[in-house]
Amino acid sequence: MGLAKRIIPCLDVDNGRVVKGVQFVDIRDAGDPVEIAKRYDQEGADEITFLDITATSDNRDTIVHVIEKVADEVFIPLTVGGGIRELADISRMLKAGADKVGINSAAIFNPGFVKEAAERFGSQCIVVAIDAKCVSADNEPKRWEIFTHGGRKETGIDAIEWAKKMVNFGAGEILLTSMDRDGTKIGFDLELTRAISEAVEVPVIASGGVGTLDHLVDGITEGKADAVLAASIFHFAEYTIGEAKQHMKDKGIEVRL
Amino acid sequence: MATVAVIDYGMGNLHSIEKALKTASPASTVIVSADKNTLLSADHVVFPGVGAIRDCMAAIHATGLDETIKQIAQEKPLLGICIGMQALFQHSEENGGIDCLGIIPGNVIKFSSHLRDEQKNPLKIPHIGWNEVFFDSKNPLFKNIDENERFYFVHSYHASKVEKKYVCATSNYPEKFPCAIKWKNIVAVQFHPEKSQRAGLQLLKNFLNWDGQS
Repeated sequence: MGLAKRIIPCLDVDNGRVVKGVQFVDIRDAGDPVEIAKRYDQEGADEITFLDITATSDNRDTIVHVIEKVADEVFIPLTVGGGIRELADISRMLKAGADKVGINSAAIFNPGFVKEAAERFGSQCIVVAIDAKCVSADNEPKRWEIFTHGGRKETGIDAIEWAKKMVNFGAGEILLTSMDRDGTKIGFDLELTRAISEAVEVPVIASGGVGTLDHLVDGITEGKADAVLAASIFHFAEYTIGEAKQHMKDKGIEVRL
Repeated sequence: MATVAVIDYGMGNLHSIEKALKTASPASTVIVSADKNTLLSADHVVFPGVGAIRDCMAAIHATGLDETIKQIAQEKPLLGICIGMQALFQHSEENGGIDCLGIIPGNVIKFSSHLRDEQKNPLKIPHIGWNEVFFDSKNPLFKNIDENERFYFVHSYHASKVEKKYVCATSNYPEKFPCAIKWKNIVAVQFHPEKSQRAGLQLLKNFLNWDGQS
């Protein structure tokens, strides 16, 4: 017995409301972030991730207030991603009560930002978010590259090499999303997850594609992830976090119940 | 009314600590402060911290709070959390080796690389997540907390060479390491009680009820 594998519900927040896009297109309203976070906490979530998808900088302050309100009542780790571009953004989020920040595009435009952020705030609070897509043809060995802008823009950067580089630059954790699977509910890209998890020393959070509780199990056992992240299966009350954990436990995975 | 002061030396998740203390003990007055006299006049003091030890020690020296912390450590119940715990020891391996406050005898070292669990899966560093904490149930800090309860950890370094009689709880990753220390009127924990949900709030409450003696 030892460290538990984590279940992390993810809340996509737009203008202070939780929404969930299917492959970043359809947006359905799923509710108030504070209420949802409290419910997940009571159900036994190990952490909560907030992804600020608000496009305009005018409304960026909203997420800070959301985090403040959640941190007043929810005493588990909170991660915030989306729009983290400079050290001041990180500082604001941490002050508001976040424990970690997710850095995605800013790392691609300026990898040195991750280094600076890790030096200033410590690796433990720097999560590098990687959106990866399979780019190899069917008859080739699998290869993934990272994409930006919700999976629309290619960068030509190899996902495994990128993950290693980000860890060398001080990332304390990798949040790995398969853009091929995101919103599909057909399960994680297990090959991708395993390849990244085996390539880096830091914990890897698998994301993108969860539709059933078995998918969460597969992410840990086959994908070798340290934590699994999901959104819609929890938001629309298909499963509770408690059910998910019980299922993982029944399959022999160590969880916190 | 009892007051608890949280040391603000510019590092640490002060908002979370403050809210957790208020929730754990609504009757206590919680003050976050960098002021020496305010800290010295509180009944209980919390020494929080996240980040790396070099910056942490630099911030403590820059604010001149090192002497204040040493004085508090002689006088009243003090709770060190995470880097706040590590800073109380003599020396840390982090950042190429940093001298700490030297209040508690012992050092801080890094987890070894290439650790494996029982199924031979590699164990990741930082050690992030909820791990079981093994403690002596007679310890006042762990009153009303279930045996082997899980607490939230996030760290790559841990206490080492601490005399056994001062270790009041351990965790495994995969080797046993000290995760709570009780030394005179100081308790120090590697995990984050302010992020460990019910059990963490209970531990904070226990600390606030502790007189620094028993």
